[in-house]
Amino acid sequence: MKRIAYYKGCSLEGLAAEYDLSTRALCEALGIELVEIPDWNCCGSTPAHSYDPILSAALAGRNLAIAARQGCEVVMTPCPGCLKSLKGAQEIYEHPKERKAFLELVGMEIGGRIKAVSLLQLLYEEVGVEVLQKLIRRPLTGHVIVAYYGCLLTRPAQIALFDDPENPISMDRLIQTTGATVPDFPYKTECCGATYGVTRKDIVGKLSGRILDMASRLGAEAIVVACPLCQQNLDLRQDQVNRYCKSTFNLSVLYISQVIGLALGLDQKVLGMDKLFVNPDCLLQDFERAGNQESHISQSP
Amino acid sequence: MERMKTLSIQKSRDVDFIRRVEEASEQKVSKCYQCGNCMASCAYTFVYDYPVNQIMRFIQLGQKDVVLKSRSIWLCGSCQACTTRCPVELDVARIMETLRIMSRREGAVSEPDIRTFYDEFLRSVKTFGRVFETGLLPVYNLKARKPFTDLDLAPRLLMKGKLTFIPHKIKGRKKIAEIFERFNVYRLHSSVLSNTQTDIYEEKTG
Repeated sequence: MKRIAYYKGCSLEGLAAEYDLSTRALCEALGIELVEIPDWNCCGSTPAHSYDPILSAALAGRNLAIAARQGCEVVMTPCPGCLKSLKGAQEIYEHPKERKAFLELVGMEIGGRIKAVSLLQLLYEEVGVEVLQKLIRRPLTGHVIVAYYGCLLTRPAQIALFDDPENPISMDRLIQTTGATVPDFPYKTECCGATYGVTRKDIVGKLSGRILDMASRLGAEAIVVACPLCQQNLDLRQDQVNRYCKSTFNLSVLYISQVIGLALGLDQKVLGMDKLFVNPDCLLQDFERAGNQESHISQSP
Repeated sequence: MERMKTLSIQKSRDVDFIRRVEEASEQKVSKCYQCGNCMASCAYTFVYDYPVNQIMRFIQLGQKDVVLKSRSIWLCGSCQACTTRCPVELDVARIMETLRIMSRREGAVSEPDIRTFYDEFLRSVKTFGRVFETGLLPVYNLKARKPFTDLDLAPRLLMKGKLTFIPHKIKGRKKIAEIFERFNVYRLHSSVLSNTQTDIYEEKTG
């Protein structure tokens, strides 16, 4: 498999450390070589967009330029926010009028064509459901899991060029390979409250609250996400949401890389399962039992 | 009703504003025929002062003040639901983004806390090359005068080893600072969005 430039983004250095750990472990298990972009910088996220798209393009574009110099044709980022910025940078770079401004700000060219994809897209399109199916070692049969995509993974359609903007199914299909039951989730692309976790608790309280509510009504034991911001709002802030909604949700929120990694039989520690805030034990108990049995067998003469 | 206001739309009509919004967003706002799909799809209407379809109408009417001073444009989460569902294929989220940029440049921001958070975020990027999450929050809390924001999360973050006390500084951080410097110069020459110009971060202190 070809070498892929890896742009992890700032969240994966801090609050979403387990997304980074599990992405690396999963890619290694699948034979994908990730080359972390040397000395990468922040893409500027939503704040840069509030100044000018060209500022966002310049910040994100520097990373693309470095990746291209490394000889990579594909850059993968697990963060949909970073992905939006990388794609915005490409768009401005290709724009006949704006390329000049881009070069003026960045002082580097993006040599050659480089395609930006999400981790989800890489798993779904490059690895594929059929291949993944054959690699499952510890099936999650009997568990009920919902797939929550959030806003940006498939939207806007003409930029994302992946899956369906209204009813995406890629993550559902990937989770189904583990044997888990994946009910239709009506709120799969509803916004979780995005960057307002710090500034406006009422927004995240209401929006993430209704996502947790719908998931628990469907009998889900866990919500699987592919965005560090969604994960933060639903997991780290679940207590805040409970306080706002006067609710008692206790739903574990895992990254897609963690769930697939678990089913492939990767070690929980390597996948950063202990870094989640809401305990994901409901999905781990079977493994522990299986693990104990294995050690019991190996000990017996 | 608090929102009931009388506007003399002929008097406050700013034709140049319509042109500037359309040019900067590369969208023909005049195509909007008020079907309301954007408003129905918007998750944020409950905190808006004007629903997004009304913002589109105000742009068509050249009501610059109402639009640029509205809270809605700063509370938009850029979730792209409006853009996805617009039957005349307007990139509504991009129009909202353009309005945010314009309101910042004209000093009309009506959600100062959100602006403060964004500014401190970028200051962190300019200084270190990456966002230093742990450092960002206390500065925001101080500036927004909300000292206890997210304090409840601190013990658990610490327990999970997710609080870092020393920022990661990238080697090329000077290059990043230079991008910001050059951007300030660039802004002086790009006149589509507005003719009032202020340096990045400086507008709120001035």
